[in-house]
Amino acid sequence: MNLWNKLMCYSRRHSPWLFHMNGGSCNGCDIELIASLTPRYDAEQLGVRLEGSPRHADILCITGPITHNATNAIKTVYDQVCGPKAVIAIGSCPATTNVFIDSRTLEGPLSKHIPVDVFVPGCPPRPDAIIQGVAKAAEILAERAGKKQPIAPVVPVVMPLVGPGCGGACACGTGAEAKEPEIVGKSGEMRSSGAEALIDPVGFIRGMNPPPPSGLNSSATSSAEARNEEVQA
Amino acid sequence: MNLTTALARLLIFPGLLFAVPAAWFFLWMERKSVALMQGRIGPPFMQPFFDFIKLLGKDTPPRRGVGGMLMKAWPLIAVSAAAGAVGLLPVLPSRGGFEGDLILLLALLELPSMCIIAAGFSSGSIFGEIGSAREAVLSVSYNVVFLLAIVSIAASQHTFSLSALALLPASPLRWLGVLAIIVCLPAKLHINPFSLPNAEQEIYSGPMTEYAGPELAMWELSHGLEWVAATGLVATLIAPQVAFWGLGVLIFVGLCFGLVLLLSVVAAATARLQIDTTVRFYWQCTLIFAVLAVASALFMRFKS
Repeated sequence: MNLWNKLMCYSRRHSPWLFHMNGGSCNGCDIELIASLTPRYDAEQLGVRLEGSPRHADILCITGPITHNATNAIKTVYDQVCGPKAVIAIGSCPATTNVFIDSRTLEGPLSKHIPVDVFVPGCPPRPDAIIQGVAKAAEILAERAGKKQPIAPVVPVVMPLVGPGCGGACACGTGAEAKEPEIVGKSGEMRSSGAEALIDPVGFIRGMNPPPPSGLNSSATSSAEARNEEVQA
Repeated sequence: MNLTTALARLLIFPGLLFAVPAAWFFLWMERKSVALMQGRIGPPFMQPFFDFIKLLGKDTPPRRGVGGMLMKAWPLIAVSAAAGAVGLLPVLPSRGGFEGDLILLLALLELPSMCIIAAGFSSGSIFGEIGSAREAVLSVSYNVVFLLAIVSIAASQHTFSLSALALLPASPLRWLGVLAIIVCLPAKLHINPFSLPNAEQEIYSGPMTEYAGPELAMWELSHGLEWVAATGLVATLIAPQVAFWGLGVLIFVGLCFGLVLLLSVVAAATARLQIDTTVRFYWQCTLIFAVLAVASALFMRFKS
């Protein structure tokens, strides 16, 4: 690797510009993302800048469970971000659709539509977890220097500090002791067959929420189940 | 006229070799001082440099046709105009070399904002067009004051030559003109409270909305160079003449530094004004002083 490439890698790691997009979020994660830029957390120390235009951004931050209306917008914005780029799914919603899992207005999770590089679970995730996710995404960007955008990228899951803000519905482990943030797994595996070994977000939510009573809304339920099978496959 | 001196001024000091690092330094200083005033730590020292290098390595969306070529050309024109403006500043005592005058410097200072207007319209984005329209209105409002201030300075000292202006001792009228120029600087540099054209989160990024990668890097650089040129112009007008050139350079850099700090304080302490408030500010409040300055300059000239 010559000097220019090294400099480029270093610069990419130290200058992640974000574009924030709401895919039907309840606004909780959006507030936490903004909180990570405030004096208390100050993500600008890492060179983070929240940009107004997706053309300027390196990292696309998506919150929310991806509603039907947001699907096309998210694909458009993903194409508008110029490469090399990375995608962060902020909160449990884009990772698993969270408590909205059986809603017929959803097209989630996010990884069905665009390749996701980093998941930051939490409902909402803490700002420090978001900052850690951004730092991880910046590292991925640096490694991606000069290469084509892969179709199935590396997907580490950033496990945040579990705090009182965690409602328990998220994939971060209910009621666990507060612990240092750590990178749990790589989910090139997560998207392929070895999902159960690491983390199976949809199954996790399924295990927590008993299936809806049959006969209540059979068509919606069956379509949701079909979709879940599709996701797990 | 000496070609070597002219090239040295354009390429080394106060031209490109000095101006580009100075541009990054000023951009960093603006961000850092705003961060410190907000109780944050702020970006690391090399941040604008990293941003520039990173942007150079990014892809650009495919652009076709004349519109695409124009879109690529505007940032380059802006950068070269701003670099030329910095190169014209008479920081060192000139023995030969190309001596531009105040009018050329003003034209070069104005070119980047013309390019921004054109860039927004040629990008075809609705947000770019809104931003360009705002930039045009802003330019019309502050430029009247800015030009009148320059005219008053030139009229009171009987010269348009930059190096002559730098050599002459400052008259009280020149201080009035310099004050008017400083009032115009936040609008010229698009910082708060006059950050209307690139009002982020309001109209995305204004004229820059469609720009990406190296083109955006050039816009950032031209913005930084504008900082150097605009603060440098004021520093040239108020710097006292000293015999030793090294000390002159130090004073020049120090004055620029102070001006950047002053403008950052203004930017951090204010919020964005509406477009009509901005126009009213320049046309109603500031214009009177600029007209007074010009009138008294002309009056004194006819009297003497």
